[in-house]
Amino acid sequence: MLRLVGAESLRVVSGLGDFALFTGQSFRSASASRKLLRRIARAIYEQGTLCLPVVLTIGAFTGLVLGLQGYYVLDRFGSQGLLGALVSLSLVREMAPVLTALMLVGQAGSALAAELGIQRNSEQIVALETMGVSSHGYLVAPRLIAALFVFPVQTALFVAIGLWGGSLSGSMLLGVDSGVYWSGVERAVEAKDVRECLLKAAIFGLLTISICAYNGFHAHRCRGATGARAVSISTTRAVVYSSIIVLAADYVVTSFLVR
Amino acid sequence: MIEAVAQDHILRIEALHKSFGEHVVLTNVGFDVRRGSVFTVLGPSGAGKSVLLKCLADVERPDSGRITFDGRSLGPDDAEAKAEFRRRCSFLFQGNALFDSLTALENVSLPLEQTTTLADSEIRKRSMEALRQLEIDTFCDRYPSQLSGGMQKRLALARAIVTRPEMVFFDEPTAGLDPLRRNAVFSMIAKYQRQFGFTALVVTHDVPEALVASDRVALLEKGRICFEGSPEEFTSSHHPIVSGFRDSVEALGAALRSIRNNNDPL
Repeated sequence: MLRLVGAESLRVVSGLGDFALFTGQSFRSASASRKLLRRIARAIYEQGTLCLPVVLTIGAFTGLVLGLQGYYVLDRFGSQGLLGALVSLSLVREMAPVLTALMLVGQAGSALAAELGIQRNSEQIVALETMGVSSHGYLVAPRLIAALFVFPVQTALFVAIGLWGGSLSGSMLLGVDSGVYWSGVERAVEAKDVRECLLKAAIFGLLTISICAYNGFHAHRCRGATGARAVSISTTRAVVYSSIIVLAADYVVTSFLVR
Repeated sequence: MIEAVAQDHILRIEALHKSFGEHVVLTNVGFDVRRGSVFTVLGPSGAGKSVLLKCLADVERPDSGRITFDGRSLGPDDAEAKAEFRRRCSFLFQGNALFDSLTALENVSLPLEQTTTLADSEIRKRSMEALRQLEIDTFCDRYPSQLSGGMQKRLALARAIVTRPEMVFFDEPTAGLDPLRRNAVFSMIAKYQRQFGFTALVVTHDVPEALVASDRVALLEKGRICFEGSPEEFTSSHHPIVSGFRDSVEALGAALRSIRNNNDPL
């Protein structure tokens, strides 16, 4: 039993080290990769434009629900005027970075893991290496760099549409004065809240896209599975690990930032 | 004199050994490949041919042995020698390994785009020239999935030769193809090898086609090289393993012909 726990612990530590090396190597090899900007633009399109409808939809509904729930909770204490502050702080500090990251993992992250897994299966990654092209620099680095920009931008859009959703349910449907709602938003959100929000988004972007890329890139290492099954397992694993990491990292980052 | 011999051989493999745990795949494998020739490594499935090629491609690290390319040893930690080897060699994979999200032209341009500082116009010119030489330039805007099997093979070869390599490695180039296409692929290798003057190392189990296209053949059996010589020597060899392998291939051919003649469903 002790041996089993020891072996598993060693495997986890070695996996974490391997993951860190993979991410480091990807950033390092970016400098040697040619036509990088073109591939970053493509990655921005994949993570940004293609995921925008999902992010906006989820953002709108989150704002709507926050406005609704917030109104009835605040109504008990006669503090409906604080609805704008409640919705905005909830969105900026927690919900927008976390939910946006989870949405992007579900769409862009899973697609990335599956694409890299298939490229590994069909020897495209080996082919790149034999051509003298760094597969990390060509396939992974543009996605990681794009994530550092796309996740904060998508999060900001999530906040914007969420605030509008909160206003829709709180002001237009439940009767909170629109001016009170928006002035509450303005008073409650400080610059450090926005900084915290964007920093979290960038960290989540880096972590989740690295995890998805790592799992897809190493689909051939899947224990007990090969081919399509290995791609399926590595994609599932990428999404599950990324989702867990988003929530765990959220706690860690928040505990450092909130004083 | 020794230098002249070394110059004559572009690739030298000496005492290569590779095992996966207890399972020994390659034992004391060694041969020389003459510059400008077609060298074929024959062998049944599971003989270690693909592992040998993976060791050459640096996908697998051999346990021991030495690989020398153009007089320079490719040591396990000699990154510079390996980079030079990759600059001067190309690999053609069993499944072609074409990028399915790129068009034919983009596939061929990729190695030039990533490994050279050529201008975009020059890259396009050279890529189109490679496609034209392989007679698939009219399909330059198509994706690999929109091309036939034979065209995909030619596209993979176009990508392999666009960097003007001195040596091209072919991993089972006829795997999964019918006899007619197998002939066509080996004819293509022989034709373009002469046209571009590269050295070819082919790994295959298709004996008749390989013998026609090769200058020299080696037989890999259970991880060991048990024969090396010209195609004529291979055909006339009385070595038990060589004749056994040859006979089994002929017997299979005869059996297939008989089935076909009798219209006997398999």
